[in-house]
Amino acid sequence: MTSTLTISQLTKAFGGTKALTDVSLSVAPGERVALLGHNGAGKSTLMKIILGLIAPDSGQISVCGAAPGHASARAKVAYLPENATFHPALTGLEQITLYMRLRNEDPSGAMDLLGRVGLAFAAKRRIGTYSKGMRQRVGLAQALIGHPSLLVLDEPTSGLDPVSRRDFYELLDGLAADGASILLSSHALTEVEARTDRLLILSGGRMVAEGTLSDLRREAALPVAMHVTAHNGYDSDILAALPGAIRVQGALQLNCTQDDKLATLGRITALKGKVADLEVIPPSLEDIYSHFSRRDGQ
Amino acid sequence: MIARILATATTEIHIARRNRWVLIAVLLMVVFSLVLSAAGSAPTGALGADRLSVVVASLTSLSVYLVPLVALLMSFDAVAGEVERGTLPLLLTYPVARWEVLAGKLVAHTAILIVAIVAGYGAAAAVTIAADPAAMSGLGALWRLTWTSVLLGATFLGIGYALSSMARRVSGAAGLAIGLWLGLVVLYDLGLLAAVVADDGGTFTTKIFPSLLLANPADAFRLFNLTAAQATAAVSGVGGAANAIPMWQSLTSVAVWPLLSLLLAALAFRKVEP
Repeated sequence: MTSTLTISQLTKAFGGTKALTDVSLSVAPGERVALLGHNGAGKSTLMKIILGLIAPDSGQISVCGAAPGHASARAKVAYLPENATFHPALTGLEQITLYMRLRNEDPSGAMDLLGRVGLAFAAKRRIGTYSKGMRQRVGLAQALIGHPSLLVLDEPTSGLDPVSRRDFYELLDGLAADGASILLSSHALTEVEARTDRLLILSGGRMVAEGTLSDLRREAALPVAMHVTAHNGYDSDILAALPGAIRVQGALQLNCTQDDKLATLGRITALKGKVADLEVIPPSLEDIYSHFSRRDGQ
Repeated sequence: MIARILATATTEIHIARRNRWVLIAVLLMVVFSLVLSAAGSAPTGALGADRLSVVVASLTSLSVYLVPLVALLMSFDAVAGEVERGTLPLLLTYPVARWEVLAGKLVAHTAILIVAIVAGYGAAAAVTIAADPAAMSGLGALWRLTWTSVLLGATFLGIGYALSSMARRVSGAAGLAIGLWLGLVVLYDLGLLAAVVADDGGTFTTKIFPSLLLANPADAFRLFNLTAAQATAAVSGVGGAANAIPMWQSLTSVAVWPLLSLLLAALAFRKVEP
């Protein structure tokens, strides 16, 4: 199947500052891809180039088989900007009606759409009276108009509470199941909640990692921590049997590489009469993310 | 295309209604027109013209100031406001061309201007005709004033959109709009008058002065209405000084300026990078 979005060797600089360097990626139909990076890593710039809002300096981009920003591409791409804003004097219903008419959709479905994002109760209130989370929902509602082939969502879950965030990912699952490609950005790996098929990590305008969560976990090869609690009095025996173990707040802690994990576990289980408890702590999502997105010199 | 323009226009009318622009524009036009028609209907007998034609001459002088002002007030926010609120990037990812966005705003703002102009002139005409039924013969002049006012308004709407695109900040756009209004509508004439007085009937007065009058959309509007009504005697100043300019020339300027300013607006808007 051909990709909905293909980017190769994209480069963009603002003045002397390089925002993106040699970025390549592709998103297949029905695929959910998360774009991760710090503030200023180039996520929003990449998205704006995909949308045709700004022109790249070099590189090839194909969006739904057309150039970015071309009328036929815009007809198939939906966008949710970071901190979605709307005219405060319009009601949610009026705003969605406008967007539906701009996409040649029947505006009689505007109320249903607002209902889908849980805003039906405030549809006839001015957006100026909405909370940040409610504005974000208006933004989400407009991104659902028609049947977009590609959704570009810039930090879509910022400002949403945990329950709304889960509802949001359920909506995305439904869209992806219908064949829509989704590219969403986030500050942190924990925020995408591993609800995506693939992760891309941008750092300083370069693509530093790409793959599924387990791919990244393997590639990062971060040490696994093991906390061993000894039966009374056996601390020194365990410390002697496990070189490298240290005492941390009354327990014994041991770090080992992914490859050493089973061997180390074997050695600990051999001490079974002396061990009261064992906890294996894999590297957290945050650890993996900061491993890849650490900027040069930091 | 038409559907997208109309969708934008409907939205802009909602916004203008909520922001009280419709009310402000209509009130301004009605109040000033009524005041002028009351003040301007005194000197009729001496001029041999009907009451309404004289009122139209007064209204022309009023509209030269008021119509551009109302148009600029409605338009300065058009692009800069979208940029500042952050609504422009999302709008431009929709399958709508930039010129269609501007056209939608233009339709809405022109419609509001038409309502305000018709309400203002209509009120003035109603009061005048009620006082003197013979004034009906001036309706032709009133009609001419009405459609040229709409064209003048469209010209300044276009100029407002262009300034709004160039400024990219609402405060900057507002400043530019007021500065331009002062320049084109007030200072321009003062400058010309000063030059004519200093020149004392030389080449400037005979050759350059008429072209300069035609180049300014507000002056062309006044010239056209006054020469068409042959009411130059009722006014003084720049309008009265230039009755030598043929009517087709001022008409051309009045008709071409809206196209020119809207083209300018479209070009300026194209350069806005969200």
